[in-house]
Amino acid sequence: MAITRDEIAHLARLSRLALSDEELDTLAPQLDVIIGAVARVAEVAAGDIPPTTHAVPLTNVFRADITRPSLPRTDALAGAPAVEDGRFRVPRILDMDE
Amino acid sequence: MTDVIRFSAARTAAAIAAGELSALEATQAALDRIAKVDDRINAFLHVDVDGALAAAREVDRRRAAGEALGPLAGVPLALKDVFTAQGMPTTCGSRILEGWYPPYDATIVSKLRAAGVVIIGKANMDEFAMGSSTENSAYGPTRNPWDTDRIPGGSSGGSAAAVAAFETPIAIGTDTGGSIRQPAAVCGLVGVKPTYGGVSRYGLVAFSSSLDQAGPLARTVTDAALLHATIAGHDPLDTTSVELAPPAVVAAAASRNLRGVRIGVVRELSGDGYDIGVRARFSDALEVLVGLGAEVVEVSCPHFTYALPAYYLIAPSECSSNLARFDAMRFGLRVGDDGEAGAEEVMTRTRGAGFGPEVKRRIILGTYALSSGYYDAYYGQAQKVRTLISQDFAAAYERVDVLVSPTTPTVAFRLGEKVDDPVAMYLSDLCTIPSNLAGGPAMSLPVGLAEGLPVGFQIMAPAFADDRLYRVGGALEAALEARRGHPFLDDAPAL
Repeated sequence: MAITRDEIAHLARLSRLALSDEELDTLAPQLDVIIGAVARVAEVAAGDIPPTTHAVPLTNVFRADITRPSLPRTDALAGAPAVEDGRFRVPRILDMDE
Repeated sequence: MTDVIRFSAARTAAAIAAGELSALEATQAALDRIAKVDDRINAFLHVDVDGALAAAREVDRRRAAGEALGPLAGVPLALKDVFTAQGMPTTCGSRILEGWYPPYDATIVSKLRAAGVVIIGKANMDEFAMGSSTENSAYGPTRNPWDTDRIPGGSSGGSAAAVAAFETPIAIGTDTGGSIRQPAAVCGLVGVKPTYGGVSRYGLVAFSSSLDQAGPLARTVTDAALLHATIAGHDPLDTTSVELAPPAVVAAAASRNLRGVRIGVVRELSGDGYDIGVRARFSDALEVLVGLGAEVVEVSCPHFTYALPAYYLIAPSECSSNLARFDAMRFGLRVGDDGEAGAEEVMTRTRGAGFGPEVKRRIILGTYALSSGYYDAYYGQAQKVRTLISQDFAAAYERVDVLVSPTTPTVAFRLGEKVDDPVAMYLSDLCTIPSNLAGGPAMSLPVGLAEGLPVGFQIMAPAFADDRLYRVGGALEAALEARRGHPFLDDAPAL
């Protein structure tokens, strides 16, 4: 089951990743080879085996609820691409007709 | 003291503590060496001259005031550019963070500063720590000091090359699938991935959160132990950090015999695909271990053969989620904000322009593996395989104290040799990935040369038994050096 160029374009849209035509042409065959290689995990009979999400099991990690000073606003904004009125300035998030 | 740059970290710190050398002199020696050789190596993305000199002067002031200094005070260090450190840019080897100055220090950085370690600068790396050759850096590849036509390994290639080129005696790297141990192996260094949770990840820009772990690179086992002890310990700012006292790694590194130690050779990490020279040096080292009193047996870990495919499903899945934070809104690059384009379009353009080919490949692969309809077959199955790999380790550790293998199947390959063949590149991490999936600690140390290039020997131990790595590694290093008659790095060609 080969990965098509259209599937890569769809995955790129899901990932919010602009890809050029050249990148789509390169990625489709590469992903096909990589997925063929990693699909070997299916050979393992692992029906009843519980999944591991984390190497060292830890549950319910709590710490004392102590008030700490937060990052000063100027520091938090210092690396922002755009700032206005002490806030992050972002492109519009709604369509014009919404 | 013209050879200060060749001092171990332990010797540098001892000379500073004894007043035979100032921290300023040690730091200036490192800066001079970088000025002399780094145009050929490209180990550093940023050299913090003023910050390093100020940190060195502070160590000298504390010594003059009679304050007690830690065992690494005044020692220059290269910090992988995946950690936040105030006063220096953090790029992760990516265009998307070019010129970004972080607003806080990583916990590792706070600990290093408190210990008087002099952070010289930020070391080059594969973009977002994805790669095995440092060729995926947006700022040009790092070169192997043993042969500048060859790769220094990755993703911590800048950290490894800095130490192998005598720019700094020690460095910090990170290891998600082998990114400390593989560069250590191909540059002839000692590199350690501590037990997952043993070293704080706060301020480490995440690639694959369930696998990432920071650790030391050094020229000697003792130096690695000193750095490991400096950065280890519980951190309330990292919820995956464990509340256990760090293992006594420095004392373990001083061991010189291995009587009663049971060592298991992993059958599945040998054979076809491993260089003849790598196999020969590995066998030599096993004989040395027997001579030191260890009992060496072969063990089987049948699911290790599936570690690589499981890793290349789990790590890209986690990366596709983690790298969502690079959204052009709060920090880093923003492209195409022309007043017309909406936020999603700007985000899409920025990520397309800011990420390099390997990062894009892994985001797409991870998004695919997590897609509905494929999730159970890929990501879910990989997590089950991860359990089986942990069970293989557990069964082996009922019979032996540590497991060993070659660190890498081959010596350093040539730049450009594998850039267009991702699957061939991924094979570089064949032997190192099982420890990341199971969480246990592992070390690579040099055991000789093949074709004039370093060969690494990997030691793996159960979680929280990091001291076993240092016990076996310390004894093996001492025996090999006694036979050789000089430190391993003396065999590296002059730069």
